[in-house]
Amino acid sequence: MAKEHLDPKIHTDRLSLYYGEKQALREISIRLHTHKVTALIGPSGCGKSTFLRALNRMNDTIDGVRIDGAVVIDGVNIYAPGVNVVNLRKRVGMVFQRSNPFPKSIFDNVAYGPRLNGISDKKELEGIVERSLHGAALWDEVKDRLDSSALALSGGQQQRLCIARAIAVNPDILLMDEPCSALDPISTSKVEDLIEKLSDRYTIVIVTHNMQQAARVSDYTAFFYMGQLIEYNQTRQIFTAPEKKQTEDYITGRFG
Amino acid sequence: MSNGNLPAPEAAAELTAPIRHTFVESISRRLPIICTVIILAMVVIIVLNFLITGAPALSWEFLTEAPRKANTEGGILPAIIGTFFLVLLMTVAAVPVGTITAIYLTEYARQNSILARIIRFAVNTLAGVPSVVFGLFGLGFFIMTIGRGVDRVDWDRRMHVLRDALAAPTSPVAGNRIATISDVQKYLFALRNDDWSGEVKKLQSYPRGVSGPTTAELTVKYLDRTPELHWGKPGLLWAALTLALLTMPVVIVSVEEALRNVPREIRDASIALGATRWETIRKVVLPNSVTGILTGSILAVSRGAGEVAPILFTGVIYSAQSGPGSLTDQFMHLGYHLYLLATQSPDVDGTAPLQYATTIVLLGLTLLLNISAILLRSRLQRRRIVL
Repeated sequence: MAKEHLDPKIHTDRLSLYYGEKQALREISIRLHTHKVTALIGPSGCGKSTFLRALNRMNDTIDGVRIDGAVVIDGVNIYAPGVNVVNLRKRVGMVFQRSNPFPKSIFDNVAYGPRLNGISDKKELEGIVERSLHGAALWDEVKDRLDSSALALSGGQQQRLCIARAIAVNPDILLMDEPCSALDPISTSKVEDLIEKLSDRYTIVIVTHNMQQAARVSDYTAFFYMGQLIEYNQTRQIFTAPEKKQTEDYITGRFG
Repeated sequence: MSNGNLPAPEAAAELTAPIRHTFVESISRRLPIICTVIILAMVVIIVLNFLITGAPALSWEFLTEAPRKANTEGGILPAIIGTFFLVLLMTVAAVPVGTITAIYLTEYARQNSILARIIRFAVNTLAGVPSVVFGLFGLGFFIMTIGRGVDRVDWDRRMHVLRDALAAPTSPVAGNRIATISDVQKYLFALRNDDWSGEVKKLQSYPRGVSGPTTAELTVKYLDRTPELHWGKPGLLWAALTLALLTMPVVIVSVEEALRNVPREIRDASIALGATRWETIRKVVLPNSVTGILTGSILAVSRGAGEVAPILFTGVIYSAQSGPGSLTDQFMHLGYHLYLLATQSPDVDGTAPLQYATTIVLLGLTLLLNISAILLRSRLQRRRIVL
């Protein structure tokens, strides 16, 4: 299977973001590699979640947000006028910090995206749902109760359901905003195993507060501080021999 | 001791002493209960009063027959039908428009846009207008302006066709000839145009009598003096629209509330999956706010069913033998009937049982509407988990 993927899949070019007068991101330029897991770390309020949401234009839903610079995915600046935002979000999926399944059945949750894309054939939908639930390591636990409510699942299961729902539309890129922060340790490790598996097929960008998690799960790590990208390198490098003092201070817990 | 800890016996005594309530505290615990009891008692007294005084007049005849002898005998069936259709039409007019407005205000409009602010201002103002003013507006706008305007247009069209018919070679008054009214009547009747049956009849009252002379010009001039009013008079449609205006703010506000209660997270989830705004509304927001929308409709219906002032000039009538048969018919109304019996009837004291019986029916109808809507809502709430 010849993989003709652009690498880097995403790169940003002096991306700045303003909430009204306040500047939340300062000229971020970064190259995120295809089929790799990139972790974004940094103290609270440093802009990592804002940056993540800028990659699929979820910040558009907030009033008063202004963007300078560019985010280029597959060679297209997604902030250029005339870009199809709806299609963008089909290619760049997102999993949120707190799981947010729809108050519908498990099946309808996962099938939501495919149905939006016009797939209505029952067999086809069933196939997609099964594949996605397998891909999220949830199939065995729910295969007998696909029609029951998604809200009846445990927290960890709901989050995996959200992952299944996101991959059901077959995106290229998966953005994960602290996906494990609301989960217990066992669910967390299940999701972390999942992330490693998923990176074979998707490019993953994950925001995390947990540095051990970043070290375990990612290939590349970017350290953000006060809206700026301080350091970006292979994970091994960042955690063993960081170049900047700020990075080292953060990693060794001198501030958080 | 200087370390501030109490010695053991005193500490124990403190821990086991009974809680002391201040006077204000002891009142404030009892006050809500007292108020509730008072309110409930009032409700019970009022309801019992109605039931006791009105029950004797409640009979099968009362509920199924038309009124007789100036509303002092017979039944109120036309009023029941009239109220029912009025409320139905009002709901059909108010709920969709109100819901769509609320959807626009919550989902599409940027919160501080000029248009949103204008709409909100209009809604708030409408909510504060006294009901009788709505009635005047209904009369002046719906009936006089729109209704008569439509009638005028229709009338002009018909007169145009009539003129052509009178000018046709076969007409007795063609080309400035003079003929009698009855000749014209016979001619028009023979043309078998249903449109003109009213006009043919009207010619009976021609000032010079049916054997009086007339020309085409004079005939049309005479008919033009009293154009037929079809929409330009009080009727069911205008009354329903007036009431719909009255209840619209209630619908808008409660639907907005219901829409806002849908958590941001699931909207975000939908958008992040590549749904357009409308798809998100249709597939996630609306299904989750159906109960709120229904609540709003229930409130609106209840408010509208009881209002009498707006319908006074826009369609209600003193007495009728049947319910309204079309949108332009006038109708009897339970609330208005109550007012009539209590103030205008020839025998106010004697009709007291009728008044109370009418009240029971009105309350019963409202209760029925509310209960069915609440039942529908709770059924939907139970099903909501798997929508």
